[in-house]
Amino acid sequence: MNLSILIILPLITTFAILFVKGLKQVRTVALIGSATQFLLSLDLLFVYWKERTAGNTTQFLFDFDYTWFAPMNIHYHIGVDGISVAMILLTSFVVIAGVLVSWAQETLNKEFFFLLLFLSVGAYGYFISLDIFTLFFFLEVAVIPKFLLIGIWGSGKKEYSAMKLALMLMGGSGLVFVGLAGLYFNTNANGAHSFDLIQISQMHIDIAAQKLFFPFAFVGFGIFTALFPFHTWVPDGHSSAPTAASMFLAGISMKLGGYGCLRVATYLMPDAAHYYSWVIILLATIAIIYGAFATMMQKDLKYINAYSSVSHCGFVLLGIGMLTQTSITGAVLQMVSHGLMTALFFAAIGMIYSRTHTRMVEQLGGLLKVIPFISTVFVIAGLCSLGLPGFSGFVAEMTVFMGSWQNPDQWYRFATILACASIVVTAVYILRATGKTVMGPITDLHYHHLTDATWNEKIATGILIIGIVAIGIAPFWINQLVTPGAENIFQHLGNVLK
Amino acid sequence: MSHYSYIALIPLLPLASFLILGLFGRKYFKTFSGTIGTGSLLASAILSLYTAYQYFFIDGKVNGVFQKIIALKYTWLQFSPNVSIDMGIILDPISVMMIVVVTFVSLMVHLFSLGYMKGEERFATYYAFLSLFTFSMLGLVLSSNIFQIYMFWELVGVSSFLLIGYYFEKPSAVAAAKKAFIVTRFADLGFLIGILILAFYSGTLDFGVLIERLTATQSSQYISITSASFLGPSMLTWGLTLVFIGGAGKSAMFPLHIWLPDAMEGPTPVSALIHAATMVVAGVYLVARLFPVFSIDVTALQIVTYVGAFSALLAAVIACTQTDIKRVLAYSTMSQIGYMMFALGVSKYGGENGLGYMASMFHLFTHAFFKSLLFLGAGAVIHLVHSNEMKDMGGLRKLMPITHITFLIACLAIAGIPPFSGFFSKEEILLAAYQSNLLVYGLAVFTSGLTAFYMFRLYYSIFWSREALVHDTHHGEGTFSMKLPLIVLAACALVAGFVPIASLVTSDGAALETHIDIKFSALPVILAILGIALATFLYKTKSDRASNVAEGFGGLYKAAYKKFYIDEIYLFITKKIIFNLIGRPAAWIDKNIVDGFMNLLATTTGKISELIKGFQSGKVQNYALYFFGGILGLAVLFIYFWN
Amino acid sequence: MNEITITHILFVSTALFFIGMYGLFTRRNMITMLMAVELILNSVNINFVAFNKYQYPGKLDGVFFTIFLITIAAAEAAVAIAIIINLYRSHNSIDVEDASELKY
Repeated sequence: MNLSILIILPLITTFAILFVKGLKQVRTVALIGSATQFLLSLDLLFVYWKERTAGNTTQFLFDFDYTWFAPMNIHYHIGVDGISVAMILLTSFVVIAGVLVSWAQETLNKEFFFLLLFLSVGAYGYFISLDIFTLFFFLEVAVIPKFLLIGIWGSGKKEYSAMKLALMLMGGSGLVFVGLAGLYFNTNANGAHSFDLIQISQMHIDIAAQKLFFPFAFVGFGIFTALFPFHTWVPDGHSSAPTAASMFLAGISMKLGGYGCLRVATYLMPDAAHYYSWVIILLATIAIIYGAFATMMQKDLKYINAYSSVSHCGFVLLGIGMLTQTSITGAVLQMVSHGLMTALFFAAIGMIYSRTHTRMVEQLGGLLKVIPFISTVFVIAGLCSLGLPGFSGFVAEMTVFMGSWQNPDQWYRFATILACASIVVTAVYILRATGKTVMGPITDLHYHHLTDATWNEKIATGILIIGIVAIGIAPFWINQLVTPGAENIFQHLGNVLK
Repeated sequence: MSHYSYIALIPLLPLASFLILGLFGRKYFKTFSGTIGTGSLLASAILSLYTAYQYFFIDGKVNGVFQKIIALKYTWLQFSPNVSIDMGIILDPISVMMIVVVTFVSLMVHLFSLGYMKGEERFATYYAFLSLFTFSMLGLVLSSNIFQIYMFWELVGVSSFLLIGYYFEKPSAVAAAKKAFIVTRFADLGFLIGILILAFYSGTLDFGVLIERLTATQSSQYISITSASFLGPSMLTWGLTLVFIGGAGKSAMFPLHIWLPDAMEGPTPVSALIHAATMVVAGVYLVARLFPVFSIDVTALQIVTYVGAFSALLAAVIACTQTDIKRVLAYSTMSQIGYMMFALGVSKYGGENGLGYMASMFHLFTHAFFKSLLFLGAGAVIHLVHSNEMKDMGGLRKLMPITHITFLIACLAIAGIPPFSGFFSKEEILLAAYQSNLLVYGLAVFTSGLTAFYMFRLYYSIFWSREALVHDTHHGEGTFSMKLPLIVLAACALVAGFVPIASLVTSDGAALETHIDIKFSALPVILAILGIALATFLYKTKSDRASNVAEGFGGLYKAAYKKFYIDEIYLFITKKIIFNLIGRPAAWIDKNIVDGFMNLLATTTGKISELIKGFQSGKVQNYALYFFGGILGLAVLFIYFWN
Repeated sequence: MNEITITHILFVSTALFFIGMYGLFTRRNMITMLMAVELILNSVNINFVAFNKYQYPGKLDGVFFTIFLITIAAAEAAVAIAIIINLYRSHNSIDVEDASELKY
């Protein structure tokens, strides 16, 4: 399979959008584009699976290499392993759901869909890149549309939020670039420097250099994935963003960071990863607990979900920091699971908001009676968030916990117990939100006239729920998909450790 | 034994019913949904009875000992090469007994609900939730893997949440549902960490292997888990205690019992199912499931014993003062589960020493029938008078004769009057306690007297005490579908004591000889009769004797009426301490310090640029000046300082 | 002794340069400023010619450059005066202080 299609197809879609007129045409093109992406990613899963079952054990499949800037030895090198396939699946799920949720986008719809799909170009490119410069390039591609999406179509203090988000993410990518450049200049491939992921992974980078540049790369990527204390763009950014942008932001772009932490920082600088793992675990544990408690105090549904994202993304970082094979698998599962779940949550909140015109928990009530479908979706998202078996959250969190516990260090165990404790706090805030919002007496007479979800909203949430349940009920497939990738990383880490 | 694989159908039928009703019920089977739910459960119940027959009487026994049979096993989630969550079905005496109890009681509740919930707007949803609950509970008892049990444990919790919060427009119901979920979730945290500990040291999640490794005192796993310690106790004690905390949460043991009385906000049949017969005994079941491991750890077992005994007493005392009939029943449930817990606690593994284990399971079995009967009877009463309060009742015996008789049977059974079922199981428990721990025995005997007292207080307040306030005779006792379960359960409460549990369900699978000793039984039975007599004296006819007695107890009565202020303590801890001391500061710090720091960075940058922007004055001559000044500076630099 | 050395000429050109500079910084009238710029350019021209004459008598590069600069200066003057005229039209003034809109 030619992976470049994954970039070219969304790119074609974005340009097709520029040449059509009116909401109807724009959204049809966007839907066709995203549906094709969706099918393509399923096809990728299928083809990947077939290759693997046929016994192909190459680390990265379908790779393609083209030198696009010879003097600096920059390649357009792409390829996928199980982890990337999982992330690509996640992206395509969220993209199609996001397009469907914005079906009735009134203002500037052409630009809106253009940016939305442009963001997906960045995400796909990012996940398939095997050249860290190309990877960085796509990371940047995915940042800019967010600024515009929030700044133009947002609500509340949108300029502030858009600015904050863009600046913090740009700061993050600045750090990433320092890290990557530092790595680059410490590589030696037959006398030249290299950006190639596979090549670098086979080299032995000077330990002092790793220790110097690992923090840059990790913190830089970490900012994307709400690493404490650089998480403050998350609540503001999410709450101001329009629904689809929130979904993309939490569902895809926060995962760019987690993927980078794992694939670039940890994988390429394994000694430093061991050296700094306690810092990562400390910050992740703080993020988990503190994010959960901060969520408990929020009054706005979007803030609740945004803060809970901080807490949940903490599990990703915890899993990476624990450096065991199971915990790394868990981190990847948590990325996928959280991406789907939080996208669903934002979709539900967006639907509630578009009907009731409020997101304040105090003002809502009894929605289950008037808009049962949306409320049920909301409850499902909530239950997934609090880690109920049968939904993906449980699988991911438990894998992280089991993996973390395998790390024999006493203090890491303690951190794991603290992280486990957050599931209680999660239950508290999720139940507070659902109990007040969808249950209880109806707080506003106008709510009696609300209409339930439209077909596009039903399909959008349906797709996400299918994803969540498919992982939750039968996790073995995604586990088998991700484990070899995680095993590679783990063995690489282990080889270095000696 | 692959011919047991049909057992998968027992939990899967309710699951199918849940999916059908949950997805399509509201639209397509609005009135038909009760039949679908009940029908699927009927099939499950028949299958489980057949399984029980097959297991107990045909091929469960090898050399006189019941075997553990793994009927099915699929790898569900592989953590590492040796550790995986498997979806499996285990058949051993306790799981077979439990599936019979669960499907049977659930079937009765389904039947009863046909009448009780008739005309509800969310009738289909109700049945969907009931099916979901039954599925989860069956999955729980059939689990062959400790993580599998945890999963179903959570599912049971959430379906209980959904059912308690069924009347979701009532804020009190929502609050009760939340409370139930959060309290049990808190306990589950202990369970989860316990699992992590046990699984780590034993290197497996499978019950069979885990028990085998941790009970073999020479195995490396056993040595490592007992030699590692944390703050004194060994990791084995920690692991088991934490697992027990999980069980205590679900089984409403002190101090995690606070959710149970509030959970009575749910529809009454739900209480009969969840809070009497099935979910609340999950904790007992869990301890029983891991009993071989528990039995080698004295400390953990002692914790089980004392928590159980204390809960039994505390709940009985509180039950004497409550006026909401469902709450009385809830506390009585807590008390009876306390019995089961300490019976496990005083037991040992294997042979004659395993009497407590057998007694606990026996009591679990009989309790399921008479307690669900009590709840369903209470449901019938509430259905008639539309109130839970004793003051709205009284003199109902003529209006609802069947309910009256069946309720009386259940009361006699729970009070432990021979030959009703409760007598037999309670005798075994008391005997087990007598043999190993006299303090617990004393508590238990005293509690059994109290039990008789508060049950008959309840009985008289509902059916005697005064003339009926309600004269609405056409409503009567409800439909046939409501009466039938009462009659069936009453029959069970009568005869369940004669089921030879002792030869079927024992700690090591071998049959156990039991005998009732009249001299030993005399004391508790006399106490029970005294309790009944006292209740008759105080409550049979309306008088102020009862309130005088209450006056006499003064502070104790008030404290018991207020449930010993445990709720208030919890509220204080959660609302005041956790919210104010952790939650609020966390949110504040995030907003002001962490975010403030980011904003400070931004404003500092802004201020600096404010400061230096004057250089771009728009005046050409200034620019020229900077330009030449710069050139001059560079010239000086190059001429004098370069090299 | 009476011979005119390169130093003399450089003195003249330096003086011319700083006179030009002084004019450029102190005058507010744009035409005058333009004239000051011309002075600076001419001082450079003198330098070119002088260095050519004294250091590399066999070559003509300096002279070429001078001619080139004179041409440039003419073009520049034309452009500058055009700008000034336009400014005068819009601002009614050729005072450089009045045309300071292009700032922060």
